[in-house]
Amino acid sequence: MRAFLTNTIGGTLRPLANPRMSVGVGILLALVLLGLVGPMFVDVRLSEPISVRTNQPPSWAHPLGTDSGGRELIAVMIAGTPQTLKMGILAGFIGVLIGTFLGLISGYFGGWTDRIISAVTDTMLTIPPLAILLVVAAAVRAVNVESMALIIASLSWMYAARVVRAQTLSLREQSYVQMARLSGMGHMRILLAEIFPNMVPIAFASLVGATSGAILSGMGLEVLGLGPQNVPTLGMTIYWALLYAAFSRGMWWWWTPPVLILVLLFLALFLISSALDDFANPRLRSSR
Amino acid sequence: MIDAPLLSINDLSVSYAIGNERARAVDGLSLTLGAGQRLGIVGESGSGKSTLALALMRLHKPPAMIDSGQILLGGTDILRLDQGALRKFRWSEVALIPQGAMNALNPVIKVREQMADTIRAHRRDMSARDINKRIDELLVRVGLSTSVAGLYPHELSGGMKQRVCIALAIVLEPKLIIADEPTSALDVVVQRVVIETLKDVQAQIGAAMIMIGHDMGLMAQSVDHLAVMYAGRLVDQAPIREFFRRPLHPYSQLLISSLPSPDETRPLAGIPGMQPSLLDLPAGCAFHPRCPLVQPICREVMPPLETVEPHRRVACHVVAEAYNVRA
Amino acid sequence: MSWSYVLRRIAMFFAVVLCAVTVNFIVPRLAPGDPTAAVLEQLLSRGQQVEGAADIVAAYRARFGLDDPMIVQYLRYVGNTLTLDLGTSISYFPQSVTSQILTALPWTIGLLAISTVIAFGLGSVVGALLAWPGSPHFVRSFAPFLMVLSAIPYYLLALIVLYVLAIWPGWFPLGGAYSGSAPSFSLNGLLDLLYHGFLPGLSIVLAGVGFWALGMRGAMIGVLGEDYLTLAEGKGLSPRRIFFGYAMRNALLPQVTSLAIALGTAASGSVLVEVAFNYPGIGYLLFNALKSSDYFLIQGVAFFLVLTVALSVLVLDLIYPLLDPRIRRQ
Ligand SMILES: Nc1ncnc2c1ncn2[C@@H]1O[C@H](COP(=O)(O)OP(=O)(O)OP(=O)(O)O)[C@@H](O)[C@H]1O
Ligand SMILES: [Mg+2]
Repeated sequence: MRAFLTNTIGGTLRPLANPRMSVGVGILLALVLLGLVGPMFVDVRLSEPISVRTNQPPSWAHPLGTDSGGRELIAVMIAGTPQTLKMGILAGFIGVLIGTFLGLISGYFGGWTDRIISAVTDTMLTIPPLAILLVVAAAVRAVNVESMALIIASLSWMYAARVVRAQTLSLREQSYVQMARLSGMGHMRILLAEIFPNMVPIAFASLVGATSGAILSGMGLEVLGLGPQNVPTLGMTIYWALLYAAFSRGMWWWWTPPVLILVLLFLALFLISSALDDFANPRLRSSR
Repeated sequence: MIDAPLLSINDLSVSYAIGNERARAVDGLSLTLGAGQRLGIVGESGSGKSTLALALMRLHKPPAMIDSGQILLGGTDILRLDQGALRKFRWSEVALIPQGAMNALNPVIKVREQMADTIRAHRRDMSARDINKRIDELLVRVGLSTSVAGLYPHELSGGMKQRVCIALAIVLEPKLIIADEPTSALDVVVQRVVIETLKDVQAQIGAAMIMIGHDMGLMAQSVDHLAVMYAGRLVDQAPIREFFRRPLHPYSQLLISSLPSPDETRPLAGIPGMQPSLLDLPAGCAFHPRCPLVQPICREVMPPLETVEPHRRVACHVVAEAYNVRA
Repeated sequence: MSWSYVLRRIAMFFAVVLCAVTVNFIVPRLAPGDPTAAVLEQLLSRGQQVEGAADIVAAYRARFGLDDPMIVQYLRYVGNTLTLDLGTSISYFPQSVTSQILTALPWTIGLLAISTVIAFGLGSVVGALLAWPGSPHFVRSFAPFLMVLSAIPYYLLALIVLYVLAIWPGWFPLGGAYSGSAPSFSLNGLLDLLYHGFLPGLSIVLAGVGFWALGMRGAMIGVLGEDYLTLAEGKGLSPRRIFFGYAMRNALLPQVTSLAIALGTAASGSVLVEVAFNYPGIGYLLFNALKSSDYFLIQGVAFFLVLTVALSVLVLDLIYPLLDPRIRRQ
């Protein structure tokens, strides 16, 4: 428990001193606030289609203008940003959970278990995620944010599995784990009580990467028109803009906000994960 | 030691920047070495031996920095060479067998090419055929078959790698070879054979040698003079036979007495106490907390390195007192 | 190179391909409703526009062979896919999915391969220079810029590039791969291809170069601490020889390993870049297939995407031992 606490606290607080970390967290908080505070000032129901006049450039009435489907874009951004975050974090969390589990098992037990899990992990890493997601999403069609998160999570566990496995391998040889083993502690208890607590910072660090990857996959599906149809999302906004030729029609207000928010989001997650990598991660790019 | 020394180091200091502090890993070190001579340098881990070796070729990297001093080799002031001259000077005048020679070879290039590029860098006019002939000859000279040239480092055993490093060191017939613990990664039997090889080729090309190590037994067999380093300073220097017969510095005495008998090897481990941190050296003589002969003056005044007999220098108040070198 | 290494890599290739085929087989069967229902519904909604709707339905029925046991269906499906019989496209009926894809694939491969090679090479050199103590000072000022680039996904960069270099100043075409109705094989035709391919290519290069530079910088810092680098310097080699022959040569090994892993992401990204630029590769084909719910074509594109990446990874894996002698005799 002590190890758990020091690791968790150490793993989350120390990096805040890093400028990359503070900028990243700052941007992320700003985006979360946009979703939390925005609805107090803006009527998010205007993000539904056919609720305002179409194709209006930004004005006092509609600060970010309106699109060809009759949605008010500021409302779409305020309603859509939390959806994107929610999907990404949910998918990332499930993915890291799966990955941590597989990595622990694989690193701790070694042998054939390890060989099979590692081979599957390495194989999955080389598959273009979009190819699989596409087939699934196109078959399921009417997806919502939660089911999309589930689909994406099934392809976001590999990095977590690799780092956790590498770390477990080295922990397994540590004297206190050996002691626990010699003292007749069961495998499950050793894994949960001795090894798992040390994985928390690493799992947390890979959660950021997995979330970013999930948002990337989600955006990929959305801009192909395979995103949720019933709620506004950033990626779907870009899809509609592209479909209605917003670019060549000069409707910059339509596609710039979602692009900008997504860029900021990816930047924030990258900054955070690179700051975390700096000390939590043993070499992620270890050789095969 | 000899009238016109090949190498003379004057008051050399090298330090590492650690945070805002500087750790003096080599502190005011002076010594000379004649052509063809073999000097051994011993000292506990962290006493600054490797730092000295690298600084002699200006191979030290940040955070290491040469603070002051002068290094003359065959009349060349090494610390004043510009980059181009330094490049020409390296290997053609001084060659290095680095500590941990196990990783000293580039893993992705064959042995022949790693030797050839060295020759090409210095002897532009040498033909490819001559280069290959030279490489084959050198490999044979260190006791390897010429087929080793076609292998990659990972295909060699530890002893073979070490021999390749020796062959590499003499490829340009330098005037000085610096061997930093050349055998520490090898097992005892191989150690002796490799040291013999090193001594042979060194004698053949007439180079001087600085051999760094922990192993007093091995030193006894391979060097003419021995220097002892403690916490960055040279504390004792003597011809090898004198050193073993009658060690002067209390630290040297402990080194010798901790050996079961002069013929047996044993690492420097049997001395009570710990070497102090370079960032927190005790006042006076750095050795005084561990010294059995400690006097009040040792706690306050740093003893200078003084010549007590011909070819013998010691930094110790007690010894200086006994020899009455201080009027 | 040992046979077991080669065989293992080839087995891995087939595992990936089989995995893709299996997903293609299972997913529509798990999805709610009869697999033919969606197709029928779609054809009905198009009404008389589609000639030979009956043929299509018949083709679908036969293809799914729904009365056979599952395992027979599966084996037949695997067999069909491996012989590149991927069914008939709805939107381009009666053309086969494979012929559609084979027309589009060269564009994708050309764009992706050229841009990825440039991004990898440029990124590796810049990354190596970032870590190299002897490189000029201005190189270091690239680092933050490269970090930002590596964080932004392909597709978003493509949109930004599209706007900043094509729409706004009008310097480049808004999309497509060539002027007119078909590419011509002349010098002008070639220049036209470059002109159209420049922005999609630039997007892929920009999106990749930061990633490769950061990776190389990390690998290079590791290599610079190795003993063989100290010795190389001690040998009096020229800085060029040390940089290329000793430092970069070794730091490239982990880069090539991660190239194999990053190819999937790069391929996914460039599919989306094609969409942004209406570039006539499989990404664009996919976009249209999705618009018209041409499910076989969607599956076909996904399969070819996996196949292309898996093949490239196989080639990389077989080349790798030539770069790293330590792998050869394992
Ligand atoms: N890169 C570095 N940064 C900071 N301090 C260093 C560095 N390298 C060495 N030192 C310090 O310099 C001192 C001398 O180190 P050096 O490697 O020269 O010792 P050594 O006598 O060769 O030891 P060994 O017998 O273990 O090889 C040590 O106290 C070490 O802690
Ligand atoms: Mg050393």
